[in-house]
Amino acid sequence: MKQIFEISGFLALKEIWRNRSRFLLVSLVIALITLLVLFIAALGEGLGNGNREYISKLDAQLIAYQSKSDYLIAASRLSKDRVAAIRRVDGVADVGMLGTANATLILPGDVKPLKVALLGIQPGHTGEPAVVQGQQLSTDLADEVIIDKNTALRTDLKVGDNLTLRTTQGTQDEFYTLRIVGIADGQQYSLQPSIFVPFYTWDRIKPKSEAEINNPNPVANVILVKLKDPAKINEVSASIVSQVNNVETATLKQAIQALPGYSAQQSTLNLQGGFTLFIGVLVIGGFFQIQILQKVAQIGVLKAIGTANPTVALASIIQIVVVTMVGVAIGGFLTFLFSLSFPPTVPIVFNGTTTAIAVIALLLIGPLSGLVSTRYAVRIEPLKALGLS
Amino acid sequence: MNTYALETENVTKTYQSESGVINAVDEVSLQVKLGEFVALVGPSGSGKTTMLSILAALLKPTSGKVILDGQDLAAMNEVERVSMRRNKIGFTFQANNLVPYLSAVENVELMLRLNGRLDKTGKMRSRELLARLGLAERLHNLPGQMSGGQQQRVAIARAMIHNPSLVLADEPTASLDTERAYQVVETFAGLIHEQNRAGIMVTHDLRMCEYVDRVLQMRDGKLVKIYTNKTEIMDLVKGKTN
Ligand SMILES: Nc1ncnc2c1ncn2[C@@H]1O[C@H](COP(=O)(O)OP(=O)(O)OP(=O)(O)O)[C@@H](O)[C@H]1O
Ligand SMILES: [Mg+2]
Repeated sequence: MKQIFEISGFLALKEIWRNRSRFLLVSLVIALITLLVLFIAALGEGLGNGNREYISKLDAQLIAYQSKSDYLIAASRLSKDRVAAIRRVDGVADVGMLGTANATLILPGDVKPLKVALLGIQPGHTGEPAVVQGQQLSTDLADEVIIDKNTALRTDLKVGDNLTLRTTQGTQDEFYTLRIVGIADGQQYSLQPSIFVPFYTWDRIKPKSEAEINNPNPVANVILVKLKDPAKINEVSASIVSQVNNVETATLKQAIQALPGYSAQQSTLNLQGGFTLFIGVLVIGGFFQIQILQKVAQIGVLKAIGTANPTVALASIIQIVVVTMVGVAIGGFLTFLFSLSFPPTVPIVFNGTTTAIAVIALLLIGPLSGLVSTRYAVRIEPLKALGLS
Repeated sequence: MNTYALETENVTKTYQSESGVINAVDEVSLQVKLGEFVALVGPSGSGKTTMLSILAALLKPTSGKVILDGQDLAAMNEVERVSMRRNKIGFTFQANNLVPYLSAVENVELMLRLNGRLDKTGKMRSRELLARLGLAERLHNLPGQMSGGQQQRVAIARAMIHNPSLVLADEPTASLDTERAYQVVETFAGLIHEQNRAGIMVTHDLRMCEYVDRVLQMRDGKLVKIYTNKTEIMDLVKGKTN
C-alpha cells in the first residue's frame, strides 16, 4: 500500500510539475469559483445576519405575537396587560415588551442622515442588549439611548454624545435629542443598525399617524419571554397560548424564519452557491476528462509496463485533490484580501462555520467531478500501448 | 528440464468478427533461449502484434500455453499478469513509448520504482545504461526534447534495467530513418546478448534482421518458417528470399 502511494504520488506530482502552467490554470479557475462561493456564502451570512442579528442574540426563548399575525413583528400589536398575564404563566422568568419602528439619525455636518431601527425595550428586562461600553438604560422614561456597534461604526458617535432623531408625527417631522449612555455589540434589525430606547420614550418618539398621536395606551409589537428552564419551551409555550388571550408564540428560530424576506433571501443565495459549486463540478470534471482522453496511449504504456490499476487510479485522484486544494487555497487567500477592503456597511460576514462548510464543499467537488475520469483511466486497456484496442 | 526462457505450445487467438471467426494467431509453438535475439516478421495482418501481445502478458490466448520462466502466462489472472509484466518482461513500443512528463533517467528508473527496487545502485545503473546508449548528455531531458532515435534508446534502457527474462520490441524502428534504425537495433541486439536476455522484435523491415539470431516468419496467424542459418537470414535481409 505504501508503495502504491509512493509511485502514484510520484507520477501525479511529476506530471503536475512538468505541466504546471496548465494545471495552475485549472487551479485558478477553481480559485475564482472559490472566491465566488465564499462571497455568496458571506453575503448570505451578512444579509441574514443584518436581518436577524438582534433576534438571534436575544436572551429570551419565546416571542409572543398577537394572534393571527403570522409571526410578523410589525403587524403584531400587544397591549400592556398581556405583559402581566404572560409574566404570571408558570415557568416564565422574565418578559419584556418590544416595539419596533424606523427613524432617521441626523448627523452633524454634511454627513448623510442614517436610517436606523428604533427599538423600544424595557430597561432591566429581557430584550435590552448588554452594553460593551457605557451603561444600561436607567428608566422606562429616560431620554437615553443605547446604540449598537454598527451605528457607532457608521457615525463616530460615542458614549456621552447626544444624538438627534427625526420621525414623522402625523404630517409633521419632529426632532428628538437623546443621550447615548451605552454601546452594545452588533444588533442589526431589518438590515439596519439599531438604537435602543426605553419603551415609553419609544412610544413617545416613534413615527405615528394622525390617528395614533393622541392614543394614550402604549402598545408593543411583541413580548419577549425568557424561561426559567429553556428545556421546557414546549410546555411553557402551550401554557402561554392557553392562559393568555389573543396571543401566539414562536421560538427564536421560527421568528427569524418569519422575518420579512429572510427565508426567500437565504434560499436564493443558497441556490446561487449550489449552482456555482455545480459549475465547478462541470469545469473540473470536464478538464480532467479531456486530459484523460489525451492520455490514453500514455496510460496504456504505464499499464503495459506493469503499473497496477490502483496506482493509476490513485495517481488520478491525487492530481485532482492537489489541483483542487491549490485552487481553494488561492481562492481563500484572494477572498481574504478582498474582504479586508470592504467597509462595514457592506453586508458581508465571514462566519467560521459557513466558510468551513463552503470550503469542504469546494474540496469535495474535485474528487467528485474526477470520479468519471478516474473510472475512465482505470478502464484503459494496456493493449492501447501497442496501438490495439 | 526446461532450458528455454520462453516457450509457447499451440497458442491460438481467435476473434469473432462479422465475416466469421478469425484466427489471428493459429497454433503457434516457439521457443526462445536466454541470450537469443529473435525477429518476428510477416505481412500485414499475419498476427505479429497479436502474438507479441500474448507473449507480453497483455492478451490472454484463446488456447495454448505461454511458459515464461516456468510459469504459464495463459493461466494467470490480470493481477498476476501485471506483476509478470513489471518483473519479468521489458518492452519497447512503436510510438508513445515514454512517459512524457518524466525525464530520460526518470523513465528508466520508473521500471525499478514499480518493482520497489529503486535504490542507490539502481539509480547509478540507470545512468550508466543510458550513458552506454549514448545518452549521457540527455539524462534530464523530457521525451519531447529528444529525437525519435534517442527516445527509442531510452525505451530500450527502460526495457532492460530491471533485468527481465524477456525483452519485447514492437516495430522499434518504425519511426526512424534507416541509419538510426540500424544503430538502435544493433545496440539492442548487443545488450540482449551481453546481458543474456531472451529478445523478440516484431518488424516490417527485413533489413533489421541482420542483427538477430533467428527469424520467425508468420502468415495468416501461423508460424510458417524459421530461419536459423546465418546465410539464410542474410539472404532474407538482402531481399533474395520472398
Ligand atoms: N481486436 C481484434 N478484433 C478482431 N480482429 C482482430 C483484432 N486484433 C487483430 N485482429 C485481426 O487479427 C489479424 C492479425 O492482426 P495483427 O494486428 O496481429 O497483425 P500484424 O501482423 O501485427 O499486422 P501489421 O503488420 O499490419 O501490424 C488481422 O486479420 C486483424 O484484423
Ligand atoms: Mg502489428
